[in-house]
Amino acid sequence: MNHRTALYDLHLEWGAKMVPFAGWDMPLHYGSQIAEHHAVRRGTGLFDVSHMAVVDIAGPDARLFLRRLFANDVAKLERPGQALYSCMLNEAAGIIDDLIAYLRPGGRYRLVMNAGNRERDLAWLRARAGNDRVHIRERHNLAILALQGPGAEAILRQVLDKSLGEAAAELDPFCGVWKGEWLVARTGYTGEDGYELILPNTAALELATEFCAAGAVPVGLGARDTLRLEAALNLHGSDMDESVNPLETGLGWTVAWEPEEREFVGRRALAACRERGAAWRRAGLILDGPGIPRGGQAVLFPNAAKGVVTSGGFSPTLAKGIALARIPTDCVGADTAEIEIRGRKVLAHRIRPPFVTRGAGLQGEEVVA
Amino acid sequence: MSEIPGDLKYAKSHEWARLEDDGRVTIGITDHAQEELGDLVYVELPELDRELAAAEDLAVVESVKAASDLYCPVAGRVVEVNEALADTPELINSDPYGEGWILRLQPAADADFDALLDSEGYAAVAAAGDD
Repeated sequence: MNHRTALYDLHLEWGAKMVPFAGWDMPLHYGSQIAEHHAVRRGTGLFDVSHMAVVDIAGPDARLFLRRLFANDVAKLERPGQALYSCMLNEAAGIIDDLIAYLRPGGRYRLVMNAGNRERDLAWLRARAGNDRVHIRERHNLAILALQGPGAEAILRQVLDKSLGEAAAELDPFCGVWKGEWLVARTGYTGEDGYELILPNTAALELATEFCAAGAVPVGLGARDTLRLEAALNLHGSDMDESVNPLETGLGWTVAWEPEEREFVGRRALAACRERGAAWRRAGLILDGPGIPRGGQAVLFPNAAKGVVTSGGFSPTLAKGIALARIPTDCVGADTAEIEIRGRKVLAHRIRPPFVTRGAGLQGEEVVA
Repeated sequence: MSEIPGDLKYAKSHEWARLEDDGRVTIGITDHAQEELGDLVYVELPELDRELAAAEDLAVVESVKAASDLYCPVAGRVVEVNEALADTPELINSDPYGEGWILRLQPAADADFDALLDSEGYAAVAAAGDD
């Protein structure tokens, strides 16, 4: 039987269509995925993402260990609650997973990793601990709720106790506040303002109920995917995997090259790729003709070069088909391309991702020069 | 439980067909099918006058989730398509047996309506999940 989150019964009560996802029974939607998508862009949505893997790293060498394991540098985290987005690479600089690392009080860390990569991630971390004095512990008693959208801050303040709510409201993006086992951080996967809360399973049901009583709309994994696609946030397993390095999928900004002497796993291979120039780049495409691009479809350029759609779908905000694609570097000058959709070639134009940020701000409509 | 009107014929592949008074056949997808697909965002309709055999690819409906082929329940020629679906594919979600109809066929002389299921037969298919 699949795992269930602490909110399982609540999902059923809210009328969720439950689907198996990475070994968990999760809500796909609660009636209309598109309505849920708009709720996050215009109001507040509540996601249960407790299926994600939470891994605590402690011990005297925790910092040293993670500085060696991650392409981004956890030394940038100075205050407890601060968050860092990073890739974890193999020796060839392929992306094993992407994750968020939060600094905990006392020089410990909390990692949130993809549910589908749980076993691989844990095995990789454990195999590389070597003689480091680190404790790697997966947590099973925690829930993760994401409260996302322009109304998130107001609802958070209304529901959380006064001091925690005020502290949360003052947070900058990618910062968080700890209160006992609770972490409230200004992070998310939607392109909107919002929070992710990691808390004991025992408190999750009541909190979720209160968020929704205060006006948050439950949102399933379906809208989570269209929201992150509009925000051009990569999905591991679609836009990246162990055959792709960060420079080839728009994540060069997450690689901490300084200090030079930091030898993280994959650095040598990644530096060699940077030296000779990455063969592939990430691109954003908006379809001009009818249809919906889907992952795996070919992207065709006038010079006969080919790329591939890594994530595609319908953008509820733009009401158009959109795609993230991996394209040959020598095509980065092209303003347009064709996507081969079920035997038809449909014109698309390049944009600089994201497609949508903060509600209806269609920054994406700026064509790449 | 999804709605399965008693006066329609059904294909196992989740299309419905209604024989109209003028001899034409209106085709759409079932309430069960639209529920399974989720919000529909695009419909690729066939060209007018196209001759279709039974079980031939008829149209493509795309939901937020994925693209799905529709198959022709009975042989015939396309005489009308629901143009409204170009801008409002969600009509299929809101009214699958009414405004969400997909196209009309002039059935071929040998169109085999008896091969289709009645509502009870289709209810069993829908209950068993996708075939």
